[in-house]
Amino acid sequence: MSSGSAGGSVSAVTALSADRAGSGAPLLDVDALTVHLQVEGVERAVLSDVSLTVSPGEALGLVGESGSGKSMTARAIDRLLPRGARVSGQIRFDGADVQALSSAGLRDYRNKVAMIFQDPRAHVNPVRRIGDFMTEALRTNLGVAPGEATQRAADMLAQVGIEDGRRRLRQYPHELSGGMLQRVMIAAALLTEPRLLLADEPTTALDVTTQAEVMAILDDLRRDLGLAMIFITHDLELAAAICDRTAVMYAGQIVEVRESALMHDDPLHPYSAALAAARPDIAQTAHRLAAIPGRPLSAFEAPEDECAFAPRCPHAADVCRAARPELISLAGGLSRCARAVELRGALRTQPAGAG
Amino acid sequence: MTNAAVPVLGVSGLRKEFGDLVAVNDVSFVVPQAGSLAIVGESGSGKTTIARMIVGLERPTAGEINACGRDRSRPARSASERRKRGSEVQIVFQDPYTSLDPRQTTHGTIDEVLRLHHGWEPARRAERIAELTGLVGLDERQARALPRNLSGGQRQRVAIARALAAEPRVLILDESVAALDVSIQAQVLNLLADIRDSTGVSFVLISHDLAVVRQLTDDVIVLHRGVVVERGRTASVLDEPQHDYTRRLRASVPRPGWKPRRGVLLAADKES
Repeated sequence: MSSGSAGGSVSAVTALSADRAGSGAPLLDVDALTVHLQVEGVERAVLSDVSLTVSPGEALGLVGESGSGKSMTARAIDRLLPRGARVSGQIRFDGADVQALSSAGLRDYRNKVAMIFQDPRAHVNPVRRIGDFMTEALRTNLGVAPGEATQRAADMLAQVGIEDGRRRLRQYPHELSGGMLQRVMIAAALLTEPRLLLADEPTTALDVTTQAEVMAILDDLRRDLGLAMIFITHDLELAAAICDRTAVMYAGQIVEVRESALMHDDPLHPYSAALAAARPDIAQTAHRLAAIPGRPLSAFEAPEDECAFAPRCPHAADVCRAARPELISLAGGLSRCARAVELRGALRTQPAGAG
Repeated sequence: MTNAAVPVLGVSGLRKEFGDLVAVNDVSFVVPQAGSLAIVGESGSGKTTIARMIVGLERPTAGEINACGRDRSRPARSASERRKRGSEVQIVFQDPYTSLDPRQTTHGTIDEVLRLHHGWEPARRAERIAELTGLVGLDERQARALPRNLSGGQRQRVAIARALAAEPRVLILDESVAALDVSIQAQVLNLLADIRDSTGVSFVLISHDLAVVRQLTDDVIVLHRGVVVERGRTASVLDEPQHDYTRRLRASVPRPGWKPRRGVLLAADKES
C-alpha cells in the first residue's frame, strides 16, 4: 500500500531496537506488514503497515482493543492467517523470510515460534490425554523417543508449578481447571525449546489470582530460558508488568511503541493516553471516567487519508485530517501522531473526554 | 437519598446446594434505596448463583430474599406475581451477544417489556422507547436495528434499556461490563452512574474486577467458596483489606509498577 511511509517507519523501529540490544540483528523483524482478508466476498484490510522488531530474549507487549489487529499480527507471524488472506510486507525470523517457508521449513519454524491462546480448551483435543498432545511435536517433528518425550513433558510441568506431572499426563483436559490447563499449554509450548513465544491473551479467561500466578510463571520461565516473547493483551498495565517495551495498536496500525515503564506516565500518542485514562482506578472513585467517545474501529473502517484515531481524538486538528501520520521517533519511542511533539507531556494531564 | 436507610433488597441466611456442593453458604446483605452493593469473587465463589436466586432463576435451598417488602424466596405463584417481581428487580447479563433475541429490534425488545409491565397504548410506549434509548445513548438507527447489526457495547446498552423499561427498583449487573473493550466499558460505567443519579435505582454489581467495583459501588461483600469472608464500605475494604483472601485479590490486580509473583495462591486453593 504505502511503500513510501513504510521506509521511514522501518528505519525508526530498527534504530530503536538496535539501541536496546546494543548490537546484533533482531530475532523477529516485521516490516510494513499489510494484510487483507476476504470477508463475505469483499476484501477488507485488517493490518496496515505494521512494523516491529523483537530482539533475542526481549518481551514486547502488543496492546489494543477489539479489531485493532493485535491477534491478527500474531497469526500473520505464525503463518496462521485464514485462507484467501493477501499479505504484503515482510516477516523475517532469524534472517529467513517466513512467507517463503516450505511446509518442512514451516514445521521447523513453528517449533521455534510457539503460540499460546486465550482459551486453552478451544485449542486442545478433548479426547486426547494431556501427555499425548504435549509430546506430539517432540515425537513427530523432532524424533524424540516416547519415553524420553514423556520425561521431558513431566519435567516441564514441574517448571510451571505442576508437581505430579506423571499423573497429569494421563489425564484428559476436562479433568483440569482453566488455570491448570493454561499452565499445561505453556509447558507444551516450551517443550520444543522455542526462541519466540507468541502469547495471545493467555490470562484473559483466568481468575485474577490465577492470572497473577500464570503471569509470574511466564515471566520467570521466559527469563530463565532466554526466550523472546510477544505478549498480546487489552490491558496496558498487564503488558507493562512483564514486557520491556509495549506497542499499542489501533485500527490495524501500530500507533505507539514505548518502553513499558514510561508508557503510563509519558505516553506519546493520544490513544495510549486515553486508554490508560479510561480504566477505572482501584485506588479511587472518579465522578465520571474519561471515556473515549465512539467505538474502536477496525482497519477497514478507519479513514484512509487521515489519522485513524482522529474521529475520537480530543486533540485532533487540521493536520491530523490532512494525511495519515507516519511513525516518528520521539523520546526513545515511536508515535504515529502528527502532533506528538507539541502534545508530549500534556497527554497524561489532560486525558481524553475528561470533565 | 432521603430513604437511604430503607432497604429495597434484603437477603438473609441464603444457601444453595447442588448435590453435595454448597455453592452459597449463609449469605446475608441489604441494599438500601439508591445504594449500590458489589458482590466480589472469582469463579466458583457463588456470586452468579446469588444473582440467579434473586431474579428467580434458581430456588434457594434455605434463606430469605426480600425485595420491596415482599418475599421472593419461593417461585411466583402466578403470571401477575412474576410480573410484579419483574418490576422490582431486573438483571443485565455479562454477554450482550447471547442475552438478546436475535430476531427482535431494539425497539421491539423494549416495546414488549413496556406492553407487559405497564399496558400502555402504542403512542405512550413509543414515547417511552425514545426516552429510554436516548438515556442509554442509542441513536435512531440503532433503535431500529437487530442485535447482529450492533456492536457489543451497543447491545449492552439495549440490555440496560430493556431492564430499565420495567422501572425496577433494583438492577442486578452480573459482570455486565466485563466483556466490553476498555473505552466502551468506561462509557457504560458512566451511563450507569448517570442512570443511578437520575432514577434512584439501586445496583447489585456482580464482578471480579475490583477497579470496576470501586468505581460503581458504595458497599462490598467478598465471597470465597460460597462464604462471605469480608464486608464493608467499598473504599475501606479495598484500601485496607482485612481478610487474607481479599488481600490476595487486591495484590493480584495489575496496576502501574505491579509485578506478578509466584506462590500467591494458597496451598488450600491449589486444585487437587
